[in-house]
Amino acid sequence: MELSLATREVAGHTVVEVRGEVDVYTAPELRERLLEIIDGGATRVVVDLRPVDFMDSTGLGVLVGALKRLRMAEGDLSLVCDSEKLLKIFRITGLDRVFALHESVEAATTGPAAG
Amino acid sequence: MPTVRLAFTSAPRYVRTARLVGVAMARRAGVADELLDEVRQAVGEACGRAVARHQRHGIQELIRVEMTDDGPYTVRVIDACGAAPCPKAAGEGGDDDEDTDRMADTLLAGLVQDLQIRSGPEGTEVTMVWPVRRRSYGR
Repeated sequence: MELSLATREVAGHTVVEVRGEVDVYTAPELRERLLEIIDGGATRVVVDLRPVDFMDSTGLGVLVGALKRLRMAEGDLSLVCDSEKLLKIFRITGLDRVFALHESVEAATTGPAAG
Repeated sequence: MPTVRLAFTSAPRYVRTARLVGVAMARRAGVADELLDEVRQAVGEACGRAVARHQRHGIQELIRVEMTDDGPYTVRVIDACGAAPCPKAAGEGGDDDEDTDRMADTLLAGLVQDLQIRSGPEGTEVTMVWPVRRRSYGR
């Protein structure tokens, strides 16, 4: 399955829904989209990974890169993820302690105490 | 003696093909269903790592993947990026690349219990082994 990306605004956050496989082949497309959004001035970004079927370390690297850029701009990146398969790779790499992980877009966009 | 061999250029699109073949072979070899996601992830990480190394150092040679289902399921991913430092090709990933390399190694170590990474002058060989349980067909 190829990668597809959809962007929308929810409660002052830019939400990027990622669908398909994020790997060494498709991750550059996600990097480009996130850079566009950050360069466009967004500071509250949510990446919805629920429709993601597969993600490798290249995809994780893109998310970490985006988080670093957003934090430099005093922004933040949150993730929505409910798949045990994906949560496992966040745990193994320790990124579950770096990213705010939420179960729903609503939880990710309704304030810092949510999720 | 491997039962299936793949060789591909360092184009990232072939990593998906290697993942698909790696999982199909694992299933055929009798790797437990609950381990197939790990096989998919690990084969992808090992091949992605090889592709990144070839691209970063401008290596034209093919990346080789050897799968053996005679006994425990064994996958070897062999790149041609030797221990001797080669000049880095111009890249655009920068820090992201370093993060990705670190995470690829962490994921491989976290996912594969029987993992060996050997580097030599010819290149690096990542060997991953999974136990199999032979299925009794017709039950």
